[in-house]
Parts: sequence; structure tokens; C-alpha cells
Amino acid sequence: MIDKLSQLKTVAETELNAVTDTRRLEEWRVRYLGKKSAIMQALRELSSLSLEERRKAGALANEVKDAFESSYKQKLEGIKQAELELATAAKALDVTLPGQPESLGRLHPTTQAMREVCQVFTSLGFETVEGPEVEWDYYNFEALNIPKGHPARDMWATLWVDFADPEKQRSMLMRTHTSPMQIRTMEKRRPPVRLIMPGKTYRYEATDVRHEWMFHQVEGLAIDKNITMADLKGTLFEFARRMFGADRKARFRCDYFPFVEPGVEVAIDCFICKGQGCRLCSGSGWIEILGAGMVHPDVLRRMDCDPAVYSGFAFGMGVERIPMLRYGIEDIRHFYGNDLRFLKQFWGF
Amino acid sequence: MTLPRDDLARRLAQAGLEAGSVEIIGGQWDKIQVGHVTEVKPHPNADRLRLVTVALGDRMPTVVCGAPNVAVGQKIAFASVGAKLVDGHTGQPATLKPAKIRGVVSEGMVCSEKELGLSGDHTGILVLPADAPVGAALADLLGDTIFDIEVTPNRPDCLSVIGIAREVSALTSQPLHLPQIAYKEGREQVSGLASVDVVDPDLCPRYCAGVITNVKIGPSPEWLQRRLQAGGMRPINNVVDITNYVMLEHGQPLHAFDYAKLTDRKIVVRRARQGESLTSLDGVERPLNCEMLVIADSRRPVALAGVMGGANSEVSEATTAVLLESANFKRESVRETAAALNMRSEASARFEKGLSPELPVPALRRAMQLMVELAGGEAASGIIDVYPGKRERPPILFPASETKRLLGMELPVEKIKSVLESLGFGVEMAAPAQMSVNVPWWRTDVSQGADLVEEVARIVGYDQIPTTIMDAPIPPLEPSPLLSMKRTLTDLLVAAGMQEVITYSLISLEGLKRTTPDLDLPGPKPVRVSNPMSREHEYLRTSLRPRLLFHIAQNQRFEEGIKLFEIGHVYYPRHSDLPQEVETLCGAMWGLKQEMSWRTKPMPADFYDAKGALDAALVRLGVEAKYVKAEDVGLRSGACADIVVRGLKIGVIGEVHPKVVENFDAAGPVFLFEIDLEKLLPHAGTGVEYKPLPRFPATVRDMALVVDLGVQYQSIVDIVQDFPLVSRVALFDVYSGEQVPRGKKSLAFRIWYQSPDHTLTDEEVNGVQQRMLSALESKLGAVLRA
Ligand SMILES: [Zn+2]
Repeated sequence: MIDKLSQLKTVAETELNAVTDTRRLEEWRVRYLGKKSAIMQALRELSSLSLEERRKAGALANEVKDAFESSYKQKLEGIKQAELELATAAKALDVTLPGQPESLGRLHPTTQAMREVCQVFTSLGFETVEGPEVEWDYYNFEALNIPKGHPARDMWATLWVDFADPEKQRSMLMRTHTSPMQIRTMEKRRPPVRLIMPGKTYRYEATDVRHEWMFHQVEGLAIDKNITMADLKGTLFEFARRMFGADRKARFRCDYFPFVEPGVEVAIDCFICKGQGCRLCSGSGWIEILGAGMVHPDVLRRMDCDPAVYSGFAFGMGVERIPMLRYGIEDIRHFYGNDLRFLKQFWGF
Repeated sequence: MTLPRDDLARRLAQAGLEAGSVEIIGGQWDKIQVGHVTEVKPHPNADRLRLVTVALGDRMPTVVCGAPNVAVGQKIAFASVGAKLVDGHTGQPATLKPAKIRGVVSEGMVCSEKELGLSGDHTGILVLPADAPVGAALADLLGDTIFDIEVTPNRPDCLSVIGIAREVSALTSQPLHLPQIAYKEGREQVSGLASVDVVDPDLCPRYCAGVITNVKIGPSPEWLQRRLQAGGMRPINNVVDITNYVMLEHGQPLHAFDYAKLTDRKIVVRRARQGESLTSLDGVERPLNCEMLVIADSRRPVALAGVMGGANSEVSEATTAVLLESANFKRESVRETAAALNMRSEASARFEKGLSPELPVPALRRAMQLMVELAGGEAASGIIDVYPGKRERPPILFPASETKRLLGMELPVEKIKSVLESLGFGVEMAAPAQMSVNVPWWRTDVSQGADLVEEVARIVGYDQIPTTIMDAPIPPLEPSPLLSMKRTLTDLLVAAGMQEVITYSLISLEGLKRTTPDLDLPGPKPVRVSNPMSREHEYLRTSLRPRLLFHIAQNQRFEEGIKLFEIGHVYYPRHSDLPQEVETLCGAMWGLKQEMSWRTKPMPADFYDAKGALDAALVRLGVEAKYVKAEDVGLRSGACADIVVRGLKIGVIGEVHPKVVENFDAAGPVFLFEIDLEKLLPHAGTGVEYKPLPRFPATVRDMALVVDLGVQYQSIVDIVQDFPLVSRVALFDVYSGEQVPRGKKSLAFRIWYQSPDHTLTDEEVNGVQQRMLSALESKLGAVLRA
């Protein structure tokens, strides 16, 4: 019997070594530790042995049984660990696969720039006002010191709108700039005001890479007692820094717009070449970004503001120019061509 | 001039006179000098070439020359080896190299105008004036710098050399040198030779004239021709060149009439008569109207005032006496006449800007002087001066504090005074800090204090003005609900995956018509632009649809799925008023609703995707919209609904009619929504109604109903929601097919029942559901699905 037990131990342990999964391990357990297993059989048969043999064989049988149980436990742990590892590996994701696509909308680049401009001025206390795109000659020109026959009318090639006026007094047009909103708004407001007036504007103009007949402007107007050109410089300088970078320099030069006096042309130092001269700035180192000035006394009077008491400044700028400069867009006609391959490039801010 | 060229250009630009270009004539001429041709011999090996010996003072090189006009005794421009030239054939810059031409060594070159970069003329060599000093650098003789200055419309005085010189003088504190005007006057009085009658003084404030007899028409001297060319004008003959020269110098357009051709030696300034016409100098007969001012003799018009002369009184080779006109015409009149006849000229461009009525006299006298000096003429004594428009210009009272008030810059009174005086203003102190300023006659643009402030600022320099931030309290803001709604709506539609577009406001009639299946005009006849750039952009749009559909079609070549929207104005005509501009939203969808993916099958967008995107935006605006089956001429019947809020229609949604899609050469189906934002506005953002959280649990029941195919979801939900305790209803399945009878469909709902004050029992819920089912059955014929 002792020989049998020793042999059993050898065979069982060899078999156990070959086991790799829980099913086989269970089969092994039943075979070597189950009720019908050889070892159990042996333990049951002990009573038929002599006392001496029983003592020896009993000790050996218990020893073999204990060894089997401990090997079993050890093996079970090992297999469970291996299976867990296998299962984990099977569940691992390819994290580089694309996620579920969401459709992506974007703002039109003009809207993005417009919002950015308005945001800067909003933070400086300016209120946003909008108005009509089809205008009377009065608001677009006459009230801005540009009467009929005035030479400055050439500065704004105009798209006129059919209008049969029985009195032949009024003519209608597509506004050539946002400046009529200065007059319109001040018909309803009293100073102090700080206003920005964004919107579409139109010109009678053949289109090319730099010219478009429909474009957007933002007009600004501030009227109060004691507003000076120094304030205009400060406000526009602040705008230039926030839009184009904190290290921007601004240049103010004399220019002419009939509804301001003195008039100003504002340029910033080129943010590509830092003023050294490059293609973007046509070698000058400066980029003109807007026209401005102190509100003309005649215009103030038309706004029912006494020019001896009140003063103010106004400015106007093109909006498309901002993304064109910033992103190097070569052709303004892309804006309203609405090719998605163009529009999709502008993520928004 | 003491200032370097670039500094001068910069100072002028700061002062409002920007040089669009600065052209330097002779900047490259360091190896070119004046030579004297001493000998011309035939080339031994070539018929067309000659050997030319040129005296330069210190040496006498011989060169090979092909020019036909070279001759002994000429002064010419000689280029030595290494000179930078323009290639006479290619027009490209080139450096002169030593050359052997047909066996003869050429030690330089005699230059043409083209080779010097003076003009495109390469027919012969440039012949210099006989008194040109031999050996002198050509740059000293012909070199020049041309500032091409962009003059703003308020400064017609700067459309002249003298005007710019005045500015430079003020900017550089250098004295101004004006031409000395003096000439010998003949014995004959001008009043005996001609008369001027200004019939329409409203259009002609001043008319001056002089007469010169015994003129000899011929070419102008070289220097005058060069200066004209530098000023962009073509030399013609001495008389015409003098009028142009004085115009460039003084800014006053002049006109020379052939004195002999003026009937009765009379000038009449009057409006044209009905039926009159005039053949202008360019040979075109121009019909005139009664608003046009003409210069006439006693019989007929001889010129269009301020615009162009007439052929019938033109100075010609045969002319021996001229009447010189130097006048002032009303700017609006010149502008209208020039525009009506499409005849913009150098003269009209100046008159249109409003010249000073004081300018004609000095300009006329200067021209008379040059006629005497350069055309051999004899000036009649005196000038004719008819000045019905004379106006006094009162001085401007100008407190020194105005510069501080408007510029924010403290300037001493003395500084202000000296700046103004440097520009020719007369300044007297009316009180210690109060100036009385007389405006010089040439400054037609200055009439009040603000103008003087600009004068001071631009001469001192805008860069000297300090930079400050407005420190007054921020004015109160008025709320703008439309603006904020538009902004939010835009963001929400973008968040719903739609691309914002901005499209042209003008469109063709055909474009609008394409939005209906039978190409009818939708809505009222649109407002028209009087001078459209093209038929494509002729009418103010009454709908955003056509451009959106156009852009869908245009992008279909490159995309699998497109979702666009625009928020913009449409324009409806109004009687004798500006069009009504209505803020409108339009959205359109076509193709795959999402990009291709490995997880989900490609699904085309449909009506419910359009509705979902719109509804998501509306819900976030606090608007609950109902969709009511409707018809729209541009949308497919049966796939179209009105969008209704609180009983009012605010827009439509539906599938674009297949024929409309075809009209735009697009692929379908396209789904579209359109909302009048001004109708939406009163309902948007109308506040949040807070409810406390429920304290008792909800009971959830599912219920599948079988109804006729024609029964609408909304009618079921309306009934269900009407029952007490129903807190929420969700539709989770719609089915029609084999599992339900023909002509029927099944809708599966999940319904949440909840009470604010107790936990519901099954009996309560069953009771409600029972009543609900019988209501659904009696009103809609609905039965529970087995
Ligand atoms: Zn640059």
C-alpha cells in the first residue's frame, strides 16, 4: 500500500503539472481528491490493515492527501491569475480608434472676427446697436457732411436703390458704410454715449482678390463732455493691443473723412515682420486698420449736441480684413463664396 | 530742401499728404554723363551702324551706335561701361558691359530715353539741350524726384506744386519761394479786345480772361516738357503746355481759346440751351442739357465750363492770338456735367473739389507771363475780371483752449499761433487766450475752430498727442434682446452641428424664382438696385432660401453631408419708405447626418434631423414650438409644417420640393427650416419657472397603442398630457407592418405618473390609465396593442 501511495503521488503530480485550465483542474481534483479517488479509497481501506501498517500507511496517506490539497490550491491560484490576465488582455481597447463623430458646426469667420471686435469694445463700456442696410441718402451722406455734389462722394462708390419719390427729395441706397448709424442712433439718444454699430455695407465695386461689393464694418461713436483725441488714441490703441497682440505699436496720421475733424488714419506695426517690412504690409512695416477722428461740429449739431459743450470721437473699420491679415487669406471673395473647404478651416475662438 | 527724401515723405504723410509712390529719376545714373558728339563715321562692317566719337571733357571714347538720329554737334547722354541701364529691347534692367560689335570695340553707349528709364521711346537717342555742360553728370541735368501724392478731396489747393510747397514750408520751417510774376503788357487794353458776360453767376462765381496776340505756336522748351511729363501730362504745343503747366503749378485749370474763332470776340457764360450740342476736343459731339454750364461766344458754345474745350475754338498751328480763360465754376455743376457726359478731366477733377475764387487771377497772370516768355506773345494790357460771387470770409474766433479740449494736449498760445502762421493763416490776439484767425484764400476747407485744431495737430504731429483712457463713468447700456437672441441662436445652431454661412443680400429675379417648383416669384416683387453690377446681384432678397440652396448644390461635389444656416436680413418693399428689413433664420440639410464612422451605419439626414436641430435650439431659448401640418409653395406637400408658438406661426419646416432642388442643380432630398426672428423674439427667453423637486416617486408604465396611419402623434400626446398625474410622456417606438393590421400603426409610449403629495398606488395609476385609454379610443379610435 505504501508503494501504491508513493506511485500515486508521482503520477498525480505529473498530471497536475500538465493542467492549464480550471476544467482540467476540476477533473484532476475529482480524480485525486474526490470521494472515489485512490487516496480516499486508501484512507477508507486503512481499517483492514494491521496496526503497525495502519499507522505507517495512515500517516503517508494523510501526508499525500495534504500535499494534493496544497498543490491543488496552488494550481488553482495560478490558473485563475492566468485566466484573469487573458480576460483583461481580451478586453483591452484600441484607444487610437476614432471616437463617435459629432457633427461640428462653426461660426462664419466674419462672425468670429465681428464678435471679437465687439467684445473688446463691450469690455470698454461700449453698447452694440444695429440698423438698416438700405438707407436714405440723408443718413448715409448728407447728415455726414457729404451733400449732393460733394467731391468726397467719390470715396464711396454707391449702389443706388430704385425709389420713385414724388417730391424728388429723397434717394435710397445700400449703405456704403456703417456711419449712418451714428446719426440714426443719436436721433434717439443723448450723450454720454459709447456705441459700436456693426453691420453689412455695400459698394458699387468690381470684385477682385482685395475688393468685394458686400462686406462688414464696425462703427464706433463716443460722445461726452471732455472727450479728446487723446482718448481716441487711448481707446484705439487698447483695441489694437487686444486684437493684434500686447506688443503692438499704433500709428496715428492725419486723414480726411468729411464727418470728422480732425481726421485720423490708424495703422499698427506689422505683426508678421514687426515693422521691418514684408509682403503683408507691402514693405512699409505698417498696416492700416481703420479710419477715425473727432466728430465734426456740424455732425454734432445735427445730433442735437452743442459742439461747444460736447465732443466725441468716431471710428470705422472693415471686419474681413482682420481674419485676412491674421490667417493670410489671399482672396476676400472666399468669404461669401461659402465653400465649406474654406469655412471649415476657421474653428472660432 | 534740407530734409532727406524719406523723412520728407513721412512728414507729409503724417500731415495728411501721403505719397502713394516716390519715383527717383536718375537714381541709378552714376556712370552716365553729358557728351558732345564730335564725329560720326560709317561702321566698316555694317551698313546700319556708325562709329560715334564723343567728347566728355577728359576723354573722347568712340562707340558703335545704331540710332538713326545721331549727328555731329549733338549733346547726348553717354553711358560708360558699368552703367545701370534699361535694356532697349527687353525693358529689363541691365549693366553695360564692354562690347565688340562687328569687329569694332565699343567703349560705352549713347542712350535712348528708354535705356535711361525716362520713357518707352527707343526710336533714337536722347538729344539734350545745346547748352548742357559737357562731362556733367546726367543726374544733375535731368535727375528728379517725383512724389505722387494722394490728395484728399478736401485739399484741392494741394493739387498743385505751390500747394505742396506751402505744406513743406510749414512742416520744415523753410521759407517758401513763389514764382515772381511780372511781364510786359502791350499798349492795347484787353477791354478793347474782348468782353465777358456772366449770365449765370450762380454757377460761375468768377471769370477772368486775358488776351495774347502774336503768339507763335510751336513746341515748348525742353524743361517745360519734362516737368509736364513728370506731372503725368503729355506735351502738345507751347500754348496748351503753358495752361497745363500753370495748372500743375498753381492748381487752377486754364483754357486757351483761339481768339480769332470767337464770334464777336465775346465770352458768354451761360447754361446750355435746349438742343445745343458741342463737339469736344476729342472729336465727339456731345448733346447738352439746360443744367450744363457752357462758355459761349455770341453765337454758340465754345467750351463746357470746367470740363473740356470745344473743337470749334481749339488752338491750332494757325493760331496767332489766344484768349486765356481762368475762372471759378461751382463744383457741383462741373461734377454733374462731367458725370453726365462721362468726361472726367484733370480740369474737372480740380473744379469738382471746389477751388478758391481768388486763384484765377494769379494763375492767369502767371500764364500770361509764360506766354510772353515762351510763345513770343504780346500781352494785352490788364485782364478782364468778372467776379459776381465775391464773398467776405470773416475771421474765426479761436480760443487757445480748443486744442486742449479737442486734442487733450496742452500747447502754448505762441506755438499755436506760429503753426497757423507757418501755413499762411493770419493770427491776431483778440484777448489773451483768444485768437482771431484769418484763413488764407487758398484754404477753402477751413471754416471753423475744429478745422484749425486739425491744422495745429497735423503740423505738430499726431504722434505728439498723448494717449489716455476715457475716465468718465460708463454710460448706461440699453438692453438689446434681438441682438442677444441672435447671438444665442447662432451658438445653439452651431452646437447642433450646423455651419454658419453669410451670403450676398442681392440676388437675381431668377434666383428667387428658382425657390418655387414652377419658377413663380415667391412673395412680393423685390426692391431693385438702380445700378446693379450684374443681373446676378440686382434685387434685394426676399428670402434666404435661394442662396442657401445654391451653396448646398455648390458644396455637394466635395461633401457627404451638409448642414448650413444663415441669420440675415430679407427686404420687403414698402410704400414710399425704406424696405422693411426682417431678421430671418434659414437652415438647410442634405446628405449624411454625421461623418462616416466604424460604429454606426451612414444615415442620411431627414425631416426629423432638421426638426431636432431646430427644436434643440428653440428649447434652449425657452420656446416650445408646435409643428402643424401645412403647405408651402417651395416645400414638398406632405412633408411640410408650420412652426407655431402660442398659436402664432413663426416659420416653416419641410423637405424642399424636388423640382426646386432640381432648379438649383442640387441633389435631394434637402430639408429646410425658416423662421422670422422678430416673430420669435417675444417668446424667447421668457423666464424660467422653477418647480421644487418631487418628493414622491414616479410610477412608470409603458403603453403601445394601435391607431389609423393618419392619426398624428401630437393628437395622442395632447390627450395623454391632459390627464392628471401624468408628469412625462416619451415615445419610444413607431411601427407599421405585419404585426399590426393594414392601414394601422403602433406607437409605444412610456408614461410617468407622479403626485406632488403622496406615493401613488397601483389602483390610482390604473384608474387614470383606464380613463386615458377610453378617451384615446373614443377620440382617436386607439386600442391597446395586444
Ligand atoms: Zn510686414
